[in-house]
Amino acid sequence: MSEERDVMEFDLLVVGAGPAGLSCAIHAKQLNPELNVCVLEKGATVGSHILAGAVIEPGPLEELLPNWKDNAPEVCVPVSRDEIRMMSAQGSFKFPIVPPQMNNHGNYIVSLSSLTQKMAEAAEELGVEIYPGFPARMPLYNEAGEVIGVRTGDMGVDKDGNPKDGYTPGMDLHAKLTVFAEGARGSCSKQLVAKYGLDAQADPQTYGIGIKELWQLPPGRTEPGLVMHTMGWPLDNKTYGGSFVYHLEDDKLAIGFVVGLDYEDPHLEPFEKFQEFKNHPHIKPLLEGGEIVSYGARAIVEGGWQSLPKMEMPGAALIGCGAGTLNVPKIKGVHQAIRSGMEIAKQFHEKASAEGFDARVREGAIGAELKRVRNIRPSFHWGMWVGLMISGLETLFAGLLPYTLRNRADHSALKKVSTHKPLTPGNRDLPPRDRLSAVYFAATEHDEDQPVHLRVEDTNICVTRCAEEYDNPCTRFCPAKVYEMVEVDGAKQLQINAANCVHCKTCDIKDPYQIINWVTPEGGSGPNYQLM
Amino acid sequence: MKVLVPIKRAVDYNVRVRVKNDGSGVELNGVKMSVNPFDEIANEEALRLKEKGVVTEVVVATIGVAKAEDQLRSELARGADRAIHVVADQDIQPLQAARILKKLVEDEGIDLVLMGKQAIDDDANQTGQMLATLLGWPQATFASKVEIEGQTARVDREIDAGIETLEVDLPAVITADLRLNEPRFIKLPDIMKAKRKPLDKRELGDFDIDVPTLEVTETRPPSGREPGRMVKDVDELIATLKDKGLV
Repeated sequence: MSEERDVMEFDLLVVGAGPAGLSCAIHAKQLNPELNVCVLEKGATVGSHILAGAVIEPGPLEELLPNWKDNAPEVCVPVSRDEIRMMSAQGSFKFPIVPPQMNNHGNYIVSLSSLTQKMAEAAEELGVEIYPGFPARMPLYNEAGEVIGVRTGDMGVDKDGNPKDGYTPGMDLHAKLTVFAEGARGSCSKQLVAKYGLDAQADPQTYGIGIKELWQLPPGRTEPGLVMHTMGWPLDNKTYGGSFVYHLEDDKLAIGFVVGLDYEDPHLEPFEKFQEFKNHPHIKPLLEGGEIVSYGARAIVEGGWQSLPKMEMPGAALIGCGAGTLNVPKIKGVHQAIRSGMEIAKQFHEKASAEGFDARVREGAIGAELKRVRNIRPSFHWGMWVGLMISGLETLFAGLLPYTLRNRADHSALKKVSTHKPLTPGNRDLPPRDRLSAVYFAATEHDEDQPVHLRVEDTNICVTRCAEEYDNPCTRFCPAKVYEMVEVDGAKQLQINAANCVHCKTCDIKDPYQIINWVTPEGGSGPNYQLM
Repeated sequence: MKVLVPIKRAVDYNVRVRVKNDGSGVELNGVKMSVNPFDEIANEEALRLKEKGVVTEVVVATIGVAKAEDQLRSELARGADRAIHVVADQDIQPLQAARILKKLVEDEGIDLVLMGKQAIDDDANQTGQMLATLLGWPQATFASKVEIEGQTARVDREIDAGIETLEVDLPAVITADLRLNEPRFIKLPDIMKAKRKPLDKRELGDFDIDVPTLEVTETRPPSGREPGRMVKDVDELIATLKDKGLV
């Protein structure tokens, strides 16, 4: 379909209404109210695709919006107490001290989905134009090879790619600077990293998958403000990850589980590990009799300092988790995302281009924070105990030891199915029963009559090599049961239930052959997270 | 011909609705709100009539909280000409809504009201009918096709036995069913234009809504379903059913 597309011009175009993108838009308007600033968001509303723990460090947010608490997010609880536990199958051991990175005194438990809605209100008051329901489908370039903006997705295309009755072509948005704030493994960012070789000087980016549920519990069980993190069971010592359990007000509880996507065992199902964890004798009594309010999952960027790509290119910049500014040992990315958004706004205000932004980030507060903790996450490649030891040392020396551990790509970490025995499913009886009943609580929605947005380059590999070598891990790592191997006329084939997708991007990252490409579906599709 | 399209801000149809812990109602905190889908269909129909040259102006109106302006803007972006927002923080029940709408119809000189057959939050399915009665106008509810010729509207309704066709004289109230049309996608530049379209705010105090109101005494979730059980074969199935006295 080639037709004349409408074009709109802006000074500053931001892709993604998360904390990074909104901070960029807000700060740009604060510095120069005359600027014409546009934010695109693929979710049906701001916040509907936002999922995080989330404990936030309020410093950068306070700097951006000093009065943020006057219009506080629906979930906003000051942290009252930290607890870290090492889990075993039946018991748990409480760490006598909380490591400094994980001390949350002065921090807040918030719903990030709700916080972004409040930030969007602040942005709109400043005159930022925010368009939810319009995904950036692809970056646009001029003849000189510079980014000049993005094209939004077409609406009303049927599953074979033909225009339907209401067909509405996407339009081209041009800007002096385009800022990509798509979050971990953004679909445009991925193209830009490849086109400009932004990762040439960096290690491969690494990720984790976070799965979260929000529960409404019977009265009196929670201790609002309590932040608990666990390590160990039900993961083995070789697999990085752990849980978070945050006690909110009104008898609500945010509970979630993170698994590093550098896991080796092809049998592993992150969703099942989370469910097993919930049934631990220490956790189950908390949840029993409660009900799930919301469910969701999202890939988390974990590569840190050594995996940070070059954050600038001609005409554009990457910020926030889309670049990879999250601080893994702190388990926090929001404050860094906000900083990166403010930083690119300052850069644009001063220089009117992205040139020099990368150095600015590395030499500034964002870089300093990442560099200091750079060896902690990769040290867990040698297992949990070595990881904990090195982390202790690194913390003691504040990251000044003269070495940097390397990162490797997550998909390359997966071992062949022949090297691992199948896992025995754990005992569990708390809801949800399975991934399909869980996805129901993500309220995800995609028109079935649209092209599949999970592009698998070669589905033959699925039935031949992948079935044999890895036993189709996509059927297990996806937290929404998008991928299924089904039998049609006696032959196995891949079935993609794209309508279930919660836009977590795990498949794009972990698929061992790197043949799954996540692209944006029709605008407004995807999860409708509440208070996540 | 001037058309009024009343719309309602309602919980989005994708949202899994939860009853509040204390049973005082439905949880709206942090919940996605949208235009009631049947109202979108009604507005789409009004816009198509305008494109055919039958209608000259489409006015959308809502009665609701300040944030309901978002829903009005969204329907303005779809193509309505202007909007009226009757700001109300309290819950408005069908008869009250009908009385407010009656006044709007009279004040604005409206010739046709096109509205959703019901809102998906309370499923009352009353406001359109009440409004027609208060105005003394004919009504055609659950429309799946609307054709207007001169001062007459021909309306198809999907009923159990098939399609029923009504002819009503205008002015009239027509309420939209699901299959009347498929609303168009809203375009990005139109959202921008919608910000500059006129939107009048009206106070609830301007309207006489002092009518007996319904009182919601309790809201509770449906009771849970008994878990299912897999049976091995037909014999076991029959045995189980007999056991339970079901066959």
